[in-house]
Amino acid sequence: MSNEMYLEWYRQLVMIRRFEQKSSEMYQLGKIGGFLHLYIGQEAIAVGSVAARQENDHVITAYRDHAHALVVGIEPKLIMAEMFGKVTGVSKGKGGSMHLADVNRRFWGGYAVVGGHLPLATGLALAEQYKHTDSATLCYFGDGSTNIGYFHESLNLAGTWQLPVLFICENNQYGMGTAVARASAVTAIVDKAKAYGLPASQVDGMNVMKVYEATQKALAAIRAGEGPQFLEMITYRFEGHSMGDPLRYRSSEEVEKWREDDPIGILERHLLSEKLADKATLEQIDKSVEQELEAAVKFAEESPLPSADDLFAHIYVEA
Amino acid sequence: MARITMRQAISDALREEMHRDPDVFIMGEEIGVWGGTYAVTRGFYDEFGPERVRDTPISEMAIGGAAAGAAMAGLRPVAEFMTINFAFVAFDAIINHAAKVHYMFGGQMKCPVVFRAPGGGGRQLGATHSHTPDVIFAHFPGLKVVSPATPYDAKGLLKAAIRSDDPIMFIEHATLYQIRGEVPEGDYVVPIGVSDIKRTGSDVTIIAYAQGLQVALSAAEQLANEGIEAEVVDLRSLRPLDMGPALESFKKTFKAVVVEEGHRSYGIGSEVVARLQEEGFDYMDAPIKRVAQFEVPLPYSQQLEQSALINADRVIAAVKEIL
Repeated sequence: MSNEMYLEWYRQLVMIRRFEQKSSEMYQLGKIGGFLHLYIGQEAIAVGSVAARQENDHVITAYRDHAHALVVGIEPKLIMAEMFGKVTGVSKGKGGSMHLADVNRRFWGGYAVVGGHLPLATGLALAEQYKHTDSATLCYFGDGSTNIGYFHESLNLAGTWQLPVLFICENNQYGMGTAVARASAVTAIVDKAKAYGLPASQVDGMNVMKVYEATQKALAAIRAGEGPQFLEMITYRFEGHSMGDPLRYRSSEEVEKWREDDPIGILERHLLSEKLADKATLEQIDKSVEQELEAAVKFAEESPLPSADDLFAHIYVEA
Repeated sequence: MARITMRQAISDALREEMHRDPDVFIMGEEIGVWGGTYAVTRGFYDEFGPERVRDTPISEMAIGGAAAGAAMAGLRPVAEFMTINFAFVAFDAIINHAAKVHYMFGGQMKCPVVFRAPGGGGRQLGATHSHTPDVIFAHFPGLKVVSPATPYDAKGLLKAAIRSDDPIMFIEHATLYQIRGEVPEGDYVVPIGVSDIKRTGSDVTIIAYAQGLQVALSAAEQLANEGIEAEVVDLRSLRPLDMGPALESFKKTFKAVVVEEGHRSYGIGSEVVARLQEEGFDYMDAPIKRVAQFEVPLPYSQQLEQSALINADRVIAAVKEIL
């Protein structure tokens, strides 16, 4: 692992954290509409796993998608503009927070029907198998998704056809306000994957280095022809499910306990104790992220709204 | 020209497209080793192999979604739902995903998938297996919905659907698989979203599609024996809906009957009538009639089922009411 890579991970972790805080601020100012789901607490998963992908790998996720959009390389300003409903947004103002995508980066988006994108991921992987490429598909979803039929049909199909897909469950302990044990007969989600014959393991989702290693190993197995793989990332969302979550379903003691494992803190302590970076370098990164986000908000503010003609554009490819 | 069945015409279209374009493949329940429950894909498994003729588990959510995903990644899947009744299980994949991704992501991605689905009543299969839910699929912008009535149209429309960059619901009425019609040798397409006059006449306009079109033609023949000449318009596509020929005909006959196999309320007929009065009000000489399935879940018992479905007598009665 090079120093540059560690520092880049640190930058991405901080970027996601600050981006989400800025989004929350903009939401409260009424600049962002609809639903807004923050990734705060889960940053290490998107950063560590996407870092392990090769360029032709697909990425697809659910509606808590800002982080994945950022780490595949979409400029923060294009995401902010999307959430402001501006035509300069990454989905031209038609998708919003939950529907970010950049096909050129093989990022197929945010999907907002729980579990609905799992078969899409299976299909992306099917296309690559059909074309005999070495591309894998990284498919992210929450613990809540593992209770819907889509999950079971997709894992079964991927297992039956041995498709090159890596299922990454971001187990943040709650589907909205319902704890895993209150919604799933099997609380170790890896066991559900094993039922379909997929090699599956649990990973400390708060530690970006462990996420990276596990993802790298799983992707190598896929490319070695060992079929679909499954990782259950154990994590926690520090904020509510979405803006306006009353947080009645968990105690502040529980939240505080998880906050001790802040993914930024874990990497920062590692970097400092191993002398891979000094405090000043990290502060410099924090500052540059802050500046980029200020510029992103400015860009979003100043961008034009979609025109009346845009309403009827892109319903079909062929009119 | 050879007279072939609709089953053969659909099969030929699929086979020819698979030979033409290596990105075209088919997937669905029992389409491979079994040869298709309606025998449309008989022989395909041996001819194209298991990679391009993919038997799936009984997993409509995954069939719908995986076909859409493969299409997004650049392939041209033709996914078969064993019957359209089972496509209900895949409704989210079809409507929320296949039909939305192009628009929702600002035109970045395409989803050139074809969902084939045999459907319709009249085969004593009971309430859950006898739906004609075409209008439900036709309600949503983003999806195109096609339902042919003749072997010629079936072959040409399916080829157009497979070559289209948009997601398409291709609805086949199972009682039409056996009908025969003239189909030319060689390649041709029938454009999606273009209606067609199937019979000319000057006394009344009958607007129909799929199985309803065959019922309408049979009614028109009997009416002709009584000296009543009906013009019969075949919609062929339900979305986009081409009202041109129907409207032109209506402006000539001033009277219209709309025939469909689905239920009457909120049906295709409702839409067609609304458009006729909006765009042809000055030409309206009589109420525009709808002939459709009665508002009941279809029963098993043959006579009971048939009494709920459309037939030529009901079309003739509707025509005579307004002449």
